[in-house]
Amino acid sequence: MKYVDEFRDPELITKAAEEVRRLADPNRHYRLMEVCGGHTHAIYRFGLKDVLPANIELIHGPGCPVCVLPMGRIDDALSIATDSNVIFAAFGDMMRVPGTHGSPLEHKARGMDVRIVYSPTDAIKLAKMNPQKHVMFFAIGFETTAPSTALTLQRAKAEGLHNFSVFCNHVTIIPAIRAILDSPDMRLDGFIGPGHVSTVIGCRPYEWIARNERKPIVVCGFEPLDLLQSIVMLLTQLKKGEAEVENQYKRVVPWEGNRAALRAMAEIFELRPYFEWRGLGFISQSALRIREPYAEWDAEQRFNVPGIRVTDPKAAQCGEVLKGVLKPAQCKLFGRECTPENPVGALMVSSEGSCAAYYNYEHRKAALVTSLS
Amino acid sequence: MSGEPRTASAAAKVRFREAQIEMAHGAGGKASRRLVEGLFAPLLFGASPEPLGDAASLRIGGARMAITTDSFVVKPLVFPGGSIGELAINGTVNDLAVSGARPEAMVVTFILEAGLRTDVLQAEIRAMGNAARAAGVRIVGGDTKVVEHGKADSMYITTTGLGAPLPEVEIDPRSVRPGDKVLLSGPIGDHGITILLARGELDMEGDLRSDTRSVFPLVNAVVQAAGTGVRWMRDPTRGGVATSLNELARDCGLGVVLFEDNIPVHDAVRGACELLGLDPLHIANEGQFLAVVAPELAEAALETLQKVPGGDEARIIGEIREQPACSVLVTTLYGGSRIVDMLVGDPLPRIC
Repeated sequence: MKYVDEFRDPELITKAAEEVRRLADPNRHYRLMEVCGGHTHAIYRFGLKDVLPANIELIHGPGCPVCVLPMGRIDDALSIATDSNVIFAAFGDMMRVPGTHGSPLEHKARGMDVRIVYSPTDAIKLAKMNPQKHVMFFAIGFETTAPSTALTLQRAKAEGLHNFSVFCNHVTIIPAIRAILDSPDMRLDGFIGPGHVSTVIGCRPYEWIARNERKPIVVCGFEPLDLLQSIVMLLTQLKKGEAEVENQYKRVVPWEGNRAALRAMAEIFELRPYFEWRGLGFISQSALRIREPYAEWDAEQRFNVPGIRVTDPKAAQCGEVLKGVLKPAQCKLFGRECTPENPVGALMVSSEGSCAAYYNYEHRKAALVTSLS
Repeated sequence: MSGEPRTASAAAKVRFREAQIEMAHGAGGKASRRLVEGLFAPLLFGASPEPLGDAASLRIGGARMAITTDSFVVKPLVFPGGSIGELAINGTVNDLAVSGARPEAMVVTFILEAGLRTDVLQAEIRAMGNAARAAGVRIVGGDTKVVEHGKADSMYITTTGLGAPLPEVEIDPRSVRPGDKVLLSGPIGDHGITILLARGELDMEGDLRSDTRSVFPLVNAVVQAAGTGVRWMRDPTRGGVATSLNELARDCGLGVVLFEDNIPVHDAVRGACELLGLDPLHIANEGQFLAVVAPELAEAALETLQKVPGGDEARIIGEIREQPACSVLVTTLYGGSRIVDMLVGDPLPRIC
């Protein structure tokens, strides 16, 4: 498979791993944060920890859109969908995320009209096929998915589709990285930069991280070789005492980003003054809402939204895990009250959540590595 | 499900605490297992059951026989490479085959939705007849019920099959030993991805066909080649290879270590899985089986299997080790590894 196989070539991976070992100073401990949940998933899926030296610690960042969504947002959207005239449409990622009274999937089993869609365009199709119903699309994601929501809203308006709306939860990545860097006792040496988000925003928005915070950041692809190459690039910078923005994922990410996508986003969305992130609290100008000319398609303006705020269960330490302060297994609930089957927090639900990734791929493994070799 | 309790197994202490039935309880993964072990087994089999196999082994009037049953609810009814009728025969045939039995006879039950077109039903009955003839199994009876329009999805089919145990084998996960090899009959994921694409909800197309077929000729070849060296077999349907092997790991208390590069997967399946964030090891199959074979007989079994029509893509995909106990570990050529658990609920495509 092109663009996949060459980045999983065992020989190249072995070479890159050797290069990492050669560059890593054995007297130093490196803390590198992968911002994006897709990277967290790939690191576990490909077992990359097994090939990295022990003094390179990968810290999982906040870049999993499902995980950072506070439970109140799910409750709000589900409360709109209790109206039997409303179809709740969302990506598969959202279906098992718990609300206060169960996940969308559990609401579906109890009779709510919940549909999995594969793109916002599918939600439009659904609205056309069900003219007597109202289809509410639960939009979620960073800048990766925001442009397709924007284009969908443009289309809904152009076609005069009146039984369709978007419950918008789009967030932006830069304020989240800033919040991480601002939080005390967060010592990081560098960042593995988000890949998919950067296809839209490009590499420039990261320049302040290198310039002001003096941390190197390498925008990175999602195959094992991509990740190892990016770690090589970070170690090379650290060795020279440099802090630059580099682009390892050039085959997909243009330095300037995707202007057409950014234009569509700017037309449809504006920044919310503030938005609550699970674990990180309220972050100003960190999320998108739908602009006034599109108010008719904005579920939050169209329906009565209770504005539910739910504090996470006290024992759950999702916030600490999201910030990279705790490893998944260090949370008191991990693997006991909180499992992929009965998740307490969204980090245990999404395949990009570090708890689910750790549970699925790594849990139980740590103790046996020695007995296997 | 199988009856006749023998000794207590690791699977005995499951409790079913859920307040209501969710879709996940039918998806073949952890929740399904909990439902069977925590609710059905204790109430229906009395004491703790033996490890749950694909068919029950009985002795009636001195004759040994294997019995199994399976229901089929599939949408769409017809898909590239097969249809619900063909699945209903092959699914039950395969459950008997991997229990080490030659499929002999079958009864079929239809639940039909009022309004179902006769030509649609006729096509499925014909498909069942053809599949039964191909598998060498007689259909000896059946039952039909019709429910109101809107109360079923066109048609549901249940098939119950009776088989004659092959004298050469004794299938029991507790006979599995460290060092045993894991055989897989061919490429995985074709059926599950074909169905996903055939539902037409994804704007994706692929040149894929369901792998539905009777695996008995292939199973028989392995049994003839390895005899009692065949310790365990399973057809990895819902929940895929990962779920079947996790069940094995739990039942035998050992670890299953897979070599990722040896696992055959068609490019179209890999591509779809990459795009949707699914693991081929969790995707359903309808024409493959897994066998655990004693190490000294594994190569011979594989060679024999590869000579049977439709067995040419069979591989040894892993082996049994002491560790990781009760788990499945996938290793790669470059030295990375990961635990692969049973499927939780239905495989849900990841998009954002």
